[in-house]
Amino acid sequence: MVTYIIRRLIWAVAMLAIVSMITFGIFFLVPRLAGATSESLAARYVGRTAGAEQIKVAAERLGFNDPLIVQYGRFAKGIVAGAEYDYGPASEHCPAPCLGYSFITQLPVWPDLIGRLPVTFSLALGAAVIWLITGVATGVLSALRRGSVFDRAAMTVALAGVSLPIFFTGIVSLVVFSYGRPLAITAPGGTYTPFFANPALWAYGMILPWITLAFLYAAGYARLTRSGMLETMNEDYIRTARAKGLPERVVVTKHGLRGALTPIVTIFGLDVGLLMGGAVLTESTFSLPGIGKYAIDAITNQDLPKVIGVTLLTAFFVVLANLVVDLLYAVVDPRVRLA
Amino acid sequence: MKRKSTLGVTALSAVLALGLSACGGGGTPAASQSGSAAPEGGGAKAEFNAALTQVFNPSDKKGGILKFANSGDWDSLDPADTYYGYSWDFIRLYGRSLVMFKPAPGKESSELVPDLAESLGTPSDDAKTWTYKLREGVKFEDGTPITSKDVKYGVLRSLDKEVFPDGYTYFNDTLDLPKDYKGPYKSKGVNTDSAIETPDDRTIVFHLKQPYSGFDYFAQLPATIPVPEAKDTGAKYQEHIISSGPYKFDKNEIGKGFNLVRNESWDPATDPNRKALPDGYEVTVNVNADDIDNRLLSGDLHVDIAGTGAQPATLGRVLTDPALKAGTDNPTITRLWYTSVNGNVAPLDNLDCRKAVQYAADKVAYQTAYGGEFSGGQIATSLLPPGIPGHKDINPYPSGADGHGDVAKAKEHLTACGQPNGFETNIAYRAERPKEKAAAEALQQSLGKVGIKLTLKPFPQADYFALYAGKPGYAKDNKLGLVVNGWGADWPDGYGFLQQIVDSRVIRETGGSSNISVRIPEVDKLLDQASLETDTAKREAIWGQIDQMVMDNAFVLPGLWAKSLLIRGKGVTNVYYSDAFGMYDYLNMGLQ
Amino acid sequence: MSFLELKDLRIHFPTDDGLVKSVDGLSFQLERGRTLGIVGESGSGKSVTSLGILGLHKGGRARISGEIWLDDEELVSASADHVRTLRGKKMAMIFQDPLSAMHPYYTVGAQIIEAYRIHNKVSKAVARKHAIDMLGRVGIPQPERRVDSYPHEFSGGMRQRAMIAMALSCDPELLIADEPTTALDVTVQAQILDLMRDLQQEFNSALIIITHDLGVVAELADDILVMYGGKCIEYGTATDIFERPEHPYTWGLLGSMPRLDRDRGDRLIPIKGTPPSLINVPPGCAFHPRCVYEDRTGGAARTDVPELLETEGGHLVRCHLSPEERRVIWENEIKPNLESV
Repeated sequence: MVTYIIRRLIWAVAMLAIVSMITFGIFFLVPRLAGATSESLAARYVGRTAGAEQIKVAAERLGFNDPLIVQYGRFAKGIVAGAEYDYGPASEHCPAPCLGYSFITQLPVWPDLIGRLPVTFSLALGAAVIWLITGVATGVLSALRRGSVFDRAAMTVALAGVSLPIFFTGIVSLVVFSYGRPLAITAPGGTYTPFFANPALWAYGMILPWITLAFLYAAGYARLTRSGMLETMNEDYIRTARAKGLPERVVVTKHGLRGALTPIVTIFGLDVGLLMGGAVLTESTFSLPGIGKYAIDAITNQDLPKVIGVTLLTAFFVVLANLVVDLLYAVVDPRVRLA
Repeated sequence: MKRKSTLGVTALSAVLALGLSACGGGGTPAASQSGSAAPEGGGAKAEFNAALTQVFNPSDKKGGILKFANSGDWDSLDPADTYYGYSWDFIRLYGRSLVMFKPAPGKESSELVPDLAESLGTPSDDAKTWTYKLREGVKFEDGTPITSKDVKYGVLRSLDKEVFPDGYTYFNDTLDLPKDYKGPYKSKGVNTDSAIETPDDRTIVFHLKQPYSGFDYFAQLPATIPVPEAKDTGAKYQEHIISSGPYKFDKNEIGKGFNLVRNESWDPATDPNRKALPDGYEVTVNVNADDIDNRLLSGDLHVDIAGTGAQPATLGRVLTDPALKAGTDNPTITRLWYTSVNGNVAPLDNLDCRKAVQYAADKVAYQTAYGGEFSGGQIATSLLPPGIPGHKDINPYPSGADGHGDVAKAKEHLTACGQPNGFETNIAYRAERPKEKAAAEALQQSLGKVGIKLTLKPFPQADYFALYAGKPGYAKDNKLGLVVNGWGADWPDGYGFLQQIVDSRVIRETGGSSNISVRIPEVDKLLDQASLETDTAKREAIWGQIDQMVMDNAFVLPGLWAKSLLIRGKGVTNVYYSDAFGMYDYLNMGLQ
Repeated sequence: MSFLELKDLRIHFPTDDGLVKSVDGLSFQLERGRTLGIVGESGSGKSVTSLGILGLHKGGRARISGEIWLDDEELVSASADHVRTLRGKKMAMIFQDPLSAMHPYYTVGAQIIEAYRIHNKVSKAVARKHAIDMLGRVGIPQPERRVDSYPHEFSGGMRQRAMIAMALSCDPELLIADEPTTALDVTVQAQILDLMRDLQQEFNSALIIITHDLGVVAELADDILVMYGGKCIEYGTATDIFERPEHPYTWGLLGSMPRLDRDRGDRLIPIKGTPPSLINVPPGCAFHPRCVYEDRTGGAARTDVPELLETEGGHLVRCHLSPEERRVIWENEIKPNLESV
């Protein structure tokens, strides 16, 4: 078990290194191949009417004149050993893992990402709880009442849920439930209150993003649970459970659902892991200052250190989620042994 | 998504911008005349364009929190490192430069008035030395008195373009600095008295390399906002700015937003310009642009700070609802949407072929491509927008009776240039901009009617000027005969507007210039002549002359003079449009 | 009235293709301490019968008629919830494949404890002790350790013992074992059958063994009921069925029976043809398409459904052949063949 985890972690580090190289390549190598010069790259990060001299200074500051491998090496070294950064009057040490400094704000990326994690966590975990409960409950009921009106209605809504994009459902829900309408149940977009500052306001501001995001996922989970339940409820051990005289409620939840849960746990772990890297559309639609919004803003502004930072963070969470799911798998299904 | 005001102030725009306040030659935007004159002190009625030329909802009531939102983010909050129009508008809440644009509606806003200084600058006879005297009793937020040394330090630090890459180089270019001076961080202890002297704590003297009579325009730049050296943290100063204005930073999270609260050290007696009505400001950045519009309309939000106007989704809704429309203003801003006609690409090297393009273009379709009259703008018949002094109503190439192009005239000129059946060329546009794509398609269609066959060539916006359309060699090799383009200045000034797009000397072989097609030696000469001209009326006449000359040579196909649709926040007092900033003036807003 | 008595039980399933008559008019009786073997091929209705007795078809699509009397209580008309309280306590079932019949995610102990605690209001600790006792009684070594094992950690035989322990945990008066040894290898089969016989004697419960294998009932059953096409076609004591079988189908079963006393490699004689469709049951005798002696009935087998008639001393047979004909065929054609091999 321990060796298994260690081996997986080593693999994860290699994975992150590859991800960073690819991202680096996309933003630095590809434009160069297309004919960009150090100056034309640097021109993105200066004021609009900057002269040649000013652009040259910027290119030098951003290290664009060095060979690409040196630039990447500097970045990698920052992550492993930290880096020194000259901010004008003095320089400071950016401790490892130093993801570098924004080309635009010149502020370190790492604290930014850490500062935004609570928002993304709040969004992802809150939505996850909602979609897990509603999705699984709907799926179970649909499976038990297969072919009923409830089943058909639920599956139609679920189909809509997986098909409708967030920026549509999000804006519609904002229009209906915010902007001072009679049905206003939530704060307008962009109002994030930290949980520890005021839990009530936190929930008030998050409720609509939660529901919108959860709707998308709940739909998928309902369908997944339904098919899983239909399968497990035909298993021999369900018949055994009934033969023991268990009430149907216990048969369904303790025996049926438990059997159907394994694939759901897998998907759930991966989904949550991916969302930790930012729910881009939800965060953009509701202007939540989370990792996803950070990623979008970074890409729009071509702020490379931020882009690489956010990519690595997302990759990290996905890798972590994979590991957690594998470990969880062994907990959920005693037949699984990690090797 | 990004909606920053990229109307950067052009490098030397201020150099010659003398006497902007004069009501020279500028045609008033038609819309502004509809704002009815309100009774004395009563302000304007709540109607369309009510805040264009007068103060809407005037009041001196204090209190409340004004909520601002930005769909993008500041380049920097640091006075040394910011180059966005809205930032210069907003920065006056927490910083006082030596002089400032007058907080007043419409054209009056282009006047300069003293702010931190007692009066406008006193020039020496040769206009090479400018002296300002600070008001008495001005203090930083921590109560320390503001001295001329703090102003000097603020200017000096802004010279370091490595630490402050976003700013302008006006001071680097004009101050008589020691050789190789790189700012106070890298050139520590270097004596800079040759450039700026501070004979006493209230006096600051600027020494210029060349005579310059418009230095007051420099003195209004945020770089003259005082910065206490002891508190300066270079690139990190944006996180902890020491206020000299009526508000100071409370919570500041770069990339998310910040709060301003009252600065108790600010003394209203030292400040005739600011009302300081609300108790504070709450600013959120990186907010979904459609969300901003909806919240403005519902009253959750007071100001869309970027000041570039409502989103397309909102426009339709607002313009069709009289009640909503009455809460908006629709100014013509100092921005031209146009298409460069590249004389480097045959047969457009021939004047008649270029004129054929001018006549054949469907101006109404061009306008439609940008969203029509209210959200796009008014059809342009020359370069200079009506709001810029020197503008003359000229129309050298009437686009037919209905504005859809004059086919007969176009064919006439095609024949004259030896291409009676038309010719083929390419039209470039920025791939990320659907409006520019629509404009390119509109031209493709209308020019096609006279046999000029256009092939659409989209390019990525980030490298549009640096690598593609703005790189003369590339444009020529790839036969980019037409290049969809746009240009704006942050305040109404002929030089600032024209120089970057008509001076052939800004064209660099390495790419990156906005001027793609105008290479007229006479125009270059006129620009130089204007920069030496101290008489306002004469100088403005030259802008008109240049405009005419570029049009005569048909290197620019003007599309439209842009308008924006600004939404007035609910319950906000003292709302008015400032010509100087091209958006609402944020200085004296309050809450009912 | 007997402890268990079925009267004309019919269990039909409506499907898109038609009505499936899985059990069609089944009657029998069973006393405490006695063992009944129900024998038939797959699809003969034997498993549906057992699930029907337990009431597991209630609330489903099945149409059930007739009567099931258990200890003077009628179960067909009883409420589903009431029957549920009897299930596991008064009557319990041992399933065919313990690997799939036990929940893979719960320990064996947990599953026994669960069964016990539904019907007995005891603490977990008490139930756990009981589970360990039960595991010990069914012959599982080190039960206090094995109680925390998962089903997949048991061998096939141990698993079936655990299954039996689970079924017996509440002292059921009626125990139904559905193919209890099919999934096991031969030596383990014998052990399990021994175990069941011992336990039945110990608990004095009524036992129904459902199997397709006459060899299994030969070991255990007092009475044997042979099912074909949802109906009983022969019923009698074990001696009746093994010594004087009268139905051609029973003869076929005996011929295809693997026996421990036979040499390995002996050829079994399969019954030709396939079991009948339960939707389109053949007219007349359901067995006639496969019956070697069908031509001796003068065509009656093809048209008339034979009655279940008593030949002697409670031995019931459903066949158009006359008792004499059957005796002659058995003595002259079948018995010598079976013994010669």
